[in-house]
Formats: sequence, C-alpha cells, structure tokens
Amino acid sequence: MLEARCLFKSYGDRAVVADLSLDVGAGEIVGLLGPNGAGKSTTVAMLCGLVAADRGEVFIATGASRLALDENAHAAKRRIGVVPQELSIYENLGAAANLELFGALYGLAGALLRQRVDAALDLVGLADRARDKPQSFSGGMKRRLNIAAALVHDPDVLILDEPTVGVDPQSRNAIFDNLETLRDRGKALLYTTHYMEEAERLCDRVVIMDHGRVVASDTLAGLYKRLPAVETLELEVDGTVDLTALATATSVTRPTQDGTRLHVGVAELGRAAPQLLTWLTAHGHGVHRISSGRADLEDVFLSLTGRQLRD
Amino acid sequence: MSSSTAFRALVRKDLVLYFSNRRALVMSILAPIVIAAFFGAIFGSGMDKPTRIPIAFADRDASALSKAVAAAVKGDAAFDVKEGDEATGVALAREGKVRAAIVLPPGFGEQARQALVGGGAKPVVAVHYDPSQATALTLVRGLLSQHVMKALGDSLGSGTSGAQGADGGKSESGAGGMARPSAFSLPFTTEAVESTARTDRPYNGYAHSFAGMGVQFILFMGIEVGVGVLLARRLGLWKRLRAAPLSRSLLLGSHIVSGAITALVLLAIIYAAAIGIFHVRIDGSVAGFVGIAIAFALLTSSFGLLIAAIGKTPEATRGLAIFATLVMVMLGGAWVPSFVFPPWLQTASLVVPTRWAVDGLDAMTWRGLGFDAAIAPIAMLLAFSALFAAIAIWRFDWEEPRS
Repeated sequence: MLEARCLFKSYGDRAVVADLSLDVGAGEIVGLLGPNGAGKSTTVAMLCGLVAADRGEVFIATGASRLALDENAHAAKRRIGVVPQELSIYENLGAAANLELFGALYGLAGALLRQRVDAALDLVGLADRARDKPQSFSGGMKRRLNIAAALVHDPDVLILDEPTVGVDPQSRNAIFDNLETLRDRGKALLYTTHYMEEAERLCDRVVIMDHGRVVASDTLAGLYKRLPAVETLELEVDGTVDLTALATATSVTRPTQDGTRLHVGVAELGRAAPQLLTWLTAHGHGVHRISSGRADLEDVFLSLTGRQLRD
Repeated sequence: MSSSTAFRALVRKDLVLYFSNRRALVMSILAPIVIAAFFGAIFGSGMDKPTRIPIAFADRDASALSKAVAAAVKGDAAFDVKEGDEATGVALAREGKVRAAIVLPPGFGEQARQALVGGGAKPVVAVHYDPSQATALTLVRGLLSQHVMKALGDSLGSGTSGAQGADGGKSESGAGGMARPSAFSLPFTTEAVESTARTDRPYNGYAHSFAGMGVQFILFMGIEVGVGVLLARRLGLWKRLRAAPLSRSLLLGSHIVSGAITALVLLAIIYAAAIGIFHVRIDGSVAGFVGIAIAFALLTSSFGLLIAAIGKTPEATRGLAIFATLVMVMLGGAWVPSFVFPPWLQTASLVVPTRWAVDGLDAMTWRGLGFDAAIAPIAMLLAFSALFAAIAIWRFDWEEPRS
C-alpha cells in the first residue's frame, strides 16, 4: 500500500534522510524505529507530503491503482491518514465537531460525514463524549481523538508519529487495541516510536533508522536472528571480572560488569552457561545469583549501531 | 540561608529569561523611544519649520482692503493657502483637505472701515472649519484678526496691528496680545461654521473617535489571526491541515476570508453601538461606507496573514505586531489630528493604510461625502491588502520545521 523508494532529503550540507526505502502492506503494522535525530520525523513528513523529497518517490497503491505522491498529491493524500506527534485537535471544538472539520477537509459532507464521525468516535471509545470539548478530556482521551481525526475519511494508509507520547499504560493499551482493529480491517499502518516495547507489542515488521539511513528492515524474528546472542544472562559475582579473558575463553558475547552485576550474551544457553560458571569459579569469582532473559530490540539496535536507542 | 539562596536563584532566573528574549527586550526599549519621539516631534520643539495649516481663502469683496488681507494671509508662514471661490473652499473644508475656509463677504472692506471709525454694522466673515480638528479654528481666527487690523491700520495710516475681540463670543481676540483701549473692538465678526454633512446637524465628535478606535482594535484582531496561525503551527494543527488534500491558496484564502468576516462583524457591532448609543450617523454614501468596511476588513486579515508569514514565535510576533499597529494608528491620525504632524509626516502618513481607513470612514459618516469620496480609500485599502497578501504568500514557510 505505502511504498517509499530511495528518498533523500538534506538541509544545507546535512543529509537528514539518505536512500530510504520502505513498504507497508495492507493489514500490516510496520514500526519505524530510531533515536532522536535519526530522520524519522523527516521521513514521515515526506511520506505525508508535508516536505518535498530532494530525490525519490512515494506511492500509494491499492489494487490496480498506484498513485505517486508528488504527481497526484491530492488523490494520494485522500488515502493517507496522519496522526501527528502533537495533539492536533481544536480544544475549543467538541470532539464530533473536530472530526466533522477534518472530514470536511477530505471532501466529506452530509450523512456520510456524520456516519464516519460516529464510526471513528466509536472505534476510539469516545462515542459518549462526542459533544464534549477536548479541554475536558484526559491525556489518553485526547490522544485517541487525535487518532480518530486521522481516521474519519477512512484512509487506506495510516501514518502515526509517536502517537502515545505522555500516555498512561491503560490508555496506551486502548490505543494499541484500536490500531490492531484497524490492521485487522486491512489498513496499512506505519508507526514511528522509540519505545521498544511498543514496537515489540504492535509491529509485524520493524524498520530501524540511524543517521538518516535504514540500518535494518525485517520481522521481529528476523531481527533477533541477526543478534550474535539471542539470550542474556545476568549474574551477581564477587570481584572484578577480566571481561576480555572471559570472552576469549568461553562462548559468551558482549560481557559487561556494573558493580557486582555481570551481564553477558549467549547464543546457546545449554552450552554457554556451564562454561561461564566453571570459568568464574576457576578464577575465584563467587556466584550468588543467576538469571536469564531474551534479547530485545534495544539489543538489536545496540548490535546494529553500537549505541543505545535513547542516546 | 536556603531561602535567600532560592530567592536569589528565582530573581536571577527571571532576569536571565527576560534579557535572553532579545525581541521582547528590543520591543520594550524601542516602543517607548519611537512613540516618545513621535509625540515629541509633534508637540515639542525640534522641527526645522512650524507646521503650516492648510486653509482656503475666498475673497468675495475684491476691495483694496480685502486684497490686502488676502495677501497678508497668503504670506503668513502659519498658513498654506488655497485661494478660490466660496463653494470650493467650503467643499475643501468638508472633505477635510483644509482645516478652515475663510470667506470675506461682499462689502467687507467698506463695512469694516466704517465699523472701525464710526460704528455701523460689522461685516460677518464666515470661517467654515473641519470640526474634527477644531483646535485649528482658534489659531485661524486669531491670525485673521491680526491681518485684518494690520491691513485696516495701513489703509488708515495708523499702523494698528491688533484688536480686542468683543463681538458676543462669535469672534476671537486679535493675535499678539497688544494693549489697546478697552472700548476698541474688532470691526468685523466671524461666524464659525462646522463643515459637516448637513447644516442642521452639529458635528458629532464620536464619529471620528469610533473610526480611529475601531480601526485600531480591529487591527488588533488581525494580529490574533496571524498569531493563531503560528499557534496552529506550534500545536501541529498546521501539519494536519497541510496533510489534507488542500491547495496552499485554499488554506491561506480561508484565513483571509474568515479574518475579513470577523473584522466586518466587529466593525458592524462597533458602528451599531456608535449609531445606537452615541448617535453617530452615516450621512454620506452607505454603499461607500460598506465598501470601505469590506476593504478594511480584507486589509485586516491580510495584515494578520503577513504577521503569520514573517513571525517566528507567537509571543514575540504579538509584541512586534502590536507595536507596528500602534505606529500605523498613530500615523493614521486616530490619536491626534494629522494636521499637527510635521509636513513630511503628513506626506508619509498617506502611505499608511490606517490613514485611508480613518479618513474614509470619516468621509462616509460625519463629513457626509458621496461614493466618489470612498473610491480612493477603497482602492488604497485593497491595494495594501493585495500587497500584504502577496508578501505573506511569498514569505510563508510551507514546510515543517526541520527535525
């Protein structure tokens, strides 16, 4: 549904987005991940038609129809819904009045508009607050209305730019439920975030950006396979461990120590764990506690870029 | 001890925040300097030459004395005299192009001479004046008395140069404050005639006040239109609007139209109050009044759009725009009559749209002028609207801020 091909954007000498390509299919949620300054917002702006790309193309395709955003901007925009990171709603207009306005911007009127407004409010659970003004809403309710405003014209593609900023866990789950419902209805969703747990919970595929470039694009399972270690071990040990010697002598990877806590990656838990315990004991480090865990997207990002996602 | 540390920190914080906002700082310093300089230039010294008062002079007598008075008035550095017949002079005063029109009646010379030496009826000199700028009337009457007495004195060979006014309040005292016999009085009277739409209707000072203040505060509304666009940009609303399938002209055009409608409604309410409570009347062309109101409403909204195009932050832009509006309103003559401006400023004020708005509204209300007098203000206001809109579209930053 949404296709971006070789997008470039620079401001002055600084390339903000370089050679970016991505696809989002119908009934799919694709996460766009990256730290601040990675180029996510500029990418989203180009995909929405807010910023013109220096090079590259964006297409919206459904069935036999394939619209280039730069050539058929209005027709393509009618098929895109945008949820900005900011709360882009009019606080002094009622919830339904907000949606009627945004629906009218897409040419909706009369009974169809009212029907779409009702459907959008119903989807986000605000049908009973239709006449109330957002200034009386909680943060989570405003966020849901912010999403509904992008749905009222029933777009094929929904682009969400960090739509859960500042939202409590309960409201966040409600938003996730809404988005999963939209996916089940065949919409294509591009979801930008720097919350790993959101991407892991919601996304079918993940595109990771850094310094304006795509450094990985795959399913979650595919991304985890790229890790040298798919499991992690955390141990409470005595003394300062010689991490270089440990990594050389055993099959553990990326060992780090913070006080008494030793953290290592392991590819095969059954083989690495006995090796590790044996080596530690042989080198005089008492082991008081051990726990294991799965690697997450944070580890993936660290593995791909060499730095933390929230740097 | 800790509270004193906190107190100092809070004070320091306020000072740093205030002085780091350069625009606000510049505005706080620049605004009083400019406004003080403006009023100083008008009311104080420092002008190279005094402001000349534009007047019309009609000599219906054409006697030696009246010609001498005409020559003296024309040679007076205080006046910028337009000579012509009575009708022309009265029309100029009514249109606000001169502050007063002096009409010497037929027989003025002979009657004045008779009145001076042996009694007889005093001739009546009509002074048609612009009632919105009535302060000029006193000066005109005083200087006229001086020139008449000087001319009479010369004609009689006595060199009399002034006289004490004593004509039942109709005339003013002679200029110069020279000592004269108490029984001596001016050999003529002046009749001050307001140059308004109708002779049976006195000048209503509220008419000019409402024009000036209406223009000022509706322009303030225009500022809010522009600041609203900047706030929409900050809140991400502009992003959502731009993501919709809408053209740039539609987006900006909607702001111009909504701003103009708001301005028009406000102007209608303000004038409804002026008419209903303060008895202001549209004695001129109603169509002209409506035309000027629409043109000014468009000017207001395009001014708002210009603010949105050149502004950076809502806070800084609001301060700068209020300052610009106050300057425009000052130059437009809404605060003080424009005739007290230095000559260069009177000329410069013609390129200020508020001057055309205020003058146009005056012309259609108490001056009672026809539609033809509304054409120039309407054309100028529309031209300024087009200019502001063109600059706004040219300077408007369509793309979102860089990430």
